[in-house]
Amino acid sequence: MANTLPPTYDRNGRHPLSPEVDHDETARFNFLTNLNVHLGQRVSPGNRSAFEKRVRPKFKKETGKELETSQQVRDAMRTDPFYQCWAALRRNTMEQRQQAGRHVILRQLDDLVGEAKRYNDGKKTLEIDKNAEVPRYLAAVDNHCMPGSYYSEVVPDDILAGANYEAGVFVTTAGSMSSKGDGGGRSIVNFVKQKFPDFAPKRILDLGAGIGVNTLPLAAAFPDAEVVAVDAGAPMVRWGHARAQALGYDNVRFIHADGDALDLDPNSFDWVQTTMFWHETSTAAIYSMTKKVHDLMAPGGLFLNVEQPNFTPDTPLYDRFTRDWDSWYNNEPFWSKLHTMDVFEVMAKAGFDADKMFDGGTEADIERGQFQPWSSTVSRHKAESKDSGDAKHNAYKGERWYLFGGWK
Amino acid sequence: MSDIDVNKLANAKAKGKRPYFFDDPAVERVLSITMAVATELAVTRERLDTVERLLEAGEPVSKANIDAYRPDDDASKERQQWHADYIARILRIVHQELEAVENESLNEDPEKLADDFAAA
Repeated sequence: MANTLPPTYDRNGRHPLSPEVDHDETARFNFLTNLNVHLGQRVSPGNRSAFEKRVRPKFKKETGKELETSQQVRDAMRTDPFYQCWAALRRNTMEQRQQAGRHVILRQLDDLVGEAKRYNDGKKTLEIDKNAEVPRYLAAVDNHCMPGSYYSEVVPDDILAGANYEAGVFVTTAGSMSSKGDGGGRSIVNFVKQKFPDFAPKRILDLGAGIGVNTLPLAAAFPDAEVVAVDAGAPMVRWGHARAQALGYDNVRFIHADGDALDLDPNSFDWVQTTMFWHETSTAAIYSMTKKVHDLMAPGGLFLNVEQPNFTPDTPLYDRFTRDWDSWYNNEPFWSKLHTMDVFEVMAKAGFDADKMFDGGTEADIERGQFQPWSSTVSRHKAESKDSGDAKHNAYKGERWYLFGGWK
Repeated sequence: MSDIDVNKLANAKAKGKRPYFFDDPAVERVLSITMAVATELAVTRERLDTVERLLEAGEPVSKANIDAYRPDDDASKERQQWHADYIARILRIVHQELEAVENESLNEDPEKLADDFAAA
């Protein structure tokens, strides 16, 4: 196999609000990006070999039984020295990426806070709720090892969480989210335009939008629509709003709120979108928020979600384990629960009709010319999981993104 | 400047119990420090590469020029290839252990071999 080289960090997209990333910080991101690629493509396939050649036979020999669940594989793998080393390196690389990204932002925090305020102050398109409560499931653990998670503030009007998220997503995903981090949003637009060409939403809600990287492509595709991006982290919302303004989007309103406590007009949204949101949300909140979404949607509206595909009875045992890994070891505890949930049952309980539900897949959409022609961007999940599963409605064929949803 | 401790905050621990994968957590600690040092060497190497390229182009080697340097497509490919080669070199033992997993014939015990051949 020839070496797969990711694009360099200096090709990561910039906008008027972007932090300064100096020579050595760029080099540090380059090393960590390459390390992520190496661990994902060169080292992690060895876990499958260790599983087949050592771990599975050893379990059989010691217990007389076959491994059956992803949790059993996890516990059995923990005794394997090759896996131990990969897992330690993988966890450590994520922590290093967080440290590197936070340092970039923290050393210029005052300037960035000031810049963001310049875009934010006095704007009706930004709503920060100083009394908003952080949902307990979010406060209990810092998602994907991001210290302070999405909501903590170290200075007044803080933007650290949002700016660090934006700075690091390129490193964690080796550029596979595109240089603007908006690969998911662009793919969603492609899917919607292709499947539902007559769909012309006037009001769009992006729930759990973070800094809105995947919201902006929706706003660009439907420039006449009013777009609302909601997130529970104030630093995410502040940064996201300032970023959107800096990029010239004035049809996107950012609201800081817990989705469960969202106070918006019922029956008012033609499209509610979530993108890689449910796996960071507790099971109870998935049920309650889907109900909330149904209430907020206008009749005839679209509810669309992007996630990694859930397990089916045919998902191989080893792939279940690799896809659950981040849940146990990258501080994304709810992902493993989501993997075995029936999302169509969740939607049915919220009031959606089974015959108006659908699913499908769409490929990554990365704008041409933003990265070096010799570079390649391969998602880690794709590299690690041979079989991406096929979902209940069978419209998914192992593409980069899995989509599911329903019409009200 | 706000009164914040940049290094302390950059190093902050993420909430949630940290998993340790090696049987002895001390091994994990040493691996983590080793990888951090490896990272900093890679950073220095990329800086040296920039210095070399500035010299080669006849540009003044100043801190400002180093920070302003942007590699072109060819230069950035060479630099990424260096990272890939470097990572492969420092993770040699990991790849050797993988070879040992995949190919049992690489794992013969030398002492046993000596005994086997003595008997023959």
